[in-house]
Amino acid sequence: MAESSANLQYLQEKLGRRVLDTLLFRGDDILILDRAGLRESFRFLKEDPRLRLDFLSDITGVDYWKKQEPRFEVVYQLASLKGGWRLRVRVPVPEEDAAVESLTPLWRGANFLEREVWDLFGIRFIDHPDLRRVLLYEEFQGHPLRKDYPVNLWQPLVPERKVEGTFVDERSQNKLLRLKQALGNKD
Amino acid sequence: MKAESQELPLEIMELQMGPSHPATHGTIKFNLKLEGEKVLECDVEVGFLHRGFDKSCEQVTWTQVIPYTDRLNYASSLINNVGYALAVEKLIGVETTPRCQYIRVIVSELARIFDHLTCCGMAASELGAITVGFYMIEARELVMRIIESLTGARLTVTYVRIGGVKHDLLDDFAARVNQIFKTVRKLMNDCDRLLSRNRIFIDRMSNVGTISQETAISYCLTGPILRSTGINYDVRKAYPYLVYDQLDFTVPLGSRGDNYDRFVCRIQEVEQSMRIVEQALAKLPLGPVWIEDPRFVLPEKEKVYNSIEGLMHHFKIIMEGIHVPEGETYFAVEGGNGELGFYIVSDGGGRPYRIRVRPPCFIAMGAFHEMIKGYMIADIIPTFGMVNMIGGECDR
Repeated sequence: MAESSANLQYLQEKLGRRVLDTLLFRGDDILILDRAGLRESFRFLKEDPRLRLDFLSDITGVDYWKKQEPRFEVVYQLASLKGGWRLRVRVPVPEEDAAVESLTPLWRGANFLEREVWDLFGIRFIDHPDLRRVLLYEEFQGHPLRKDYPVNLWQPLVPERKVEGTFVDERSQNKLLRLKQALGNKD
Repeated sequence: MKAESQELPLEIMELQMGPSHPATHGTIKFNLKLEGEKVLECDVEVGFLHRGFDKSCEQVTWTQVIPYTDRLNYASSLINNVGYALAVEKLIGVETTPRCQYIRVIVSELARIFDHLTCCGMAASELGAITVGFYMIEARELVMRIIESLTGARLTVTYVRIGGVKHDLLDDFAARVNQIFKTVRKLMNDCDRLLSRNRIFIDRMSNVGTISQETAISYCLTGPILRSTGINYDVRKAYPYLVYDQLDFTVPLGSRGDNYDRFVCRIQEVEQSMRIVEQALAKLPLGPVWIEDPRFVLPEKEKVYNSIEGLMHHFKIIMEGIHVPEGETYFAVEGGNGELGFYIVSDGGGRPYRIRVRPPCFIAMGAFHEMIKGYMIADIIPTFGMVNMIGGECDR
C-alpha cells in the first residue's frame, strides 16, 4: 500500500497538470488523466524504469449518461509483466467531441480493443489505422452500450419473415418503431 | 523452353474463409490475400456470436449475471464464475472462508484441465491424429464427470456464488478425483507417445505461427501464447489470488513461440493443474463454504420458513438483488487462454452499472494476422487451433 501511494505521488510529480486526480479504492490505484497529450503520457508510463508498466491489459469505455460530466470515460488497465503493481487510467471524454488519441503506436494490440470501444460506445480514436466496427456489422446504426440505446431495439440485417397465423404483439411493435424513430433511424 | 517463360504470372487471389468453415471450430471469417498458397494478408472478422453480454448484464441483478458468465468461455465456465465472484467480492470488500477458497482453486484447475484437453485434442485431430483426439476427449470426459457430479451440469455449471459456492464438495470427491487422475495421466502418457516423435505432427506444428517476444507483448497476448515465447507471465504467480501462493506449481514456458511450444505448454499445464488439485485436496480445511452475511448470501431455507428475518433477507436478495457499494474495480484471474479480467462498475443499486470482460481470445484474434503472415493457407488450421478461440468469449 505504501509503495502504491508513493508511485501515485511520483506520477503526479512527473505528469504534472495532465493528472486530473489520483484515487486509491479497494487497493486499486487509479489515475485520472487529461486526454490532451494522452499518447505522450502513456509513453511515459510504459517506458519509465521505475513503474515498469509494460503491459496493456485492457481498454474499455463507460457511459455515465446523466450521472456525470463529461459523459464518457475510456478506461485503460496497465500491468507489469514482472507482477506486483497494476494501474488503472481513466480518461474523461465529452459527448460532443468523443475522441481520444489512439495507443496503437505504443501497443499494437490496442487496435482491436479500440475498435471495440468505437463499435460499442462511439468514441473515436485519432490516428487509428483501421477504425471499423469489430463485433457488429457495418450497417448497424448507433452504439449499443450507450445508456440511451434501448435494450430491446433490434436491427436484424435480414428482415424477419412474417409467418401466417402467428401472433404479433402490436403494442411492442409500435413501441419499437417509436424507439427507432427516436434514434433517427429512417426505415 | 527458357527458364523465364516458365514463371507463371503472379496474381494475388482474395479468398474468404468462413464464417462457417468445417476446419475452424467456431464461427469466424478470414479475409485472405493469397499469393499461390502463401498468406500475404489476413483480415479477421469476429462478432458472429455477439449477443450483447455487457448490455444483458446491466438488466439483471448481480447474482443473475453468474449464468451469463458460464456462456463466455464454455470450456472453462468454472474459471469465469470464480473470476466474476472474486471481482464482486473485491468491490464489496469481503473475503470468503478458507474452505471456499480452496474449493474455488480446485474447481478452477479442473476447468483448466478441461479447457486444455479440449483445445489440444481438437487441434491434434484436425491435423489427422484422430486417435489422440479420442484419447484426450476420453480424459476430458472423465474430468467432466467429476464436474458433473459436483455441480449437476456439464458445461453451464453456475457453481460459484457471490460470497461462497453453491454447496460443499461431495464426501467421495477426493477419492474420485484421485482415481480419475490416474486414468488421465495414463491417457496423457499415451498421447505423448503418439505425438512427440510423430513426424507429421511436428512438421505441421513446429516453426509455424511463430511470434516473437516483443510482438507478443505489443499485441497484449497472455496465456499459453505469451508463455510459449518464453515470457513468464501467469496471473496466478504475478498477481496471486485465492490460495495460489500457498501451493507449489511451476509455469511451463516455451522458447520459440510457435504452435508446437504452445501445444507443449498446454499439455504441461494439465499436469501442473493436476498437482494443484491434489495439493489443495490434501490441505483442504474444514469449515463453512459461505460467508455469514445476510446482506449478500441467501439464508438457509429453514430460516426462511420459520423466521421473519430470514424471510425478509430472502425476499430482499431475490427481488432487489445484492446491494454492491458504489465504485469500480478490476480483477483478473488466469483463464484457460490467458488473463481473464472483470472490470465492474456499480452505482450502488441492485444491478450492475457496467460489466466488462477482458476476453483473452478476442485479443489473441487481434494478433492472428501477425501469426499467420507468410505461412501457407493450411497452417491456418493448427495456428487457429492453438489460439483456442471460443466464440462465446471472443464475441460475447
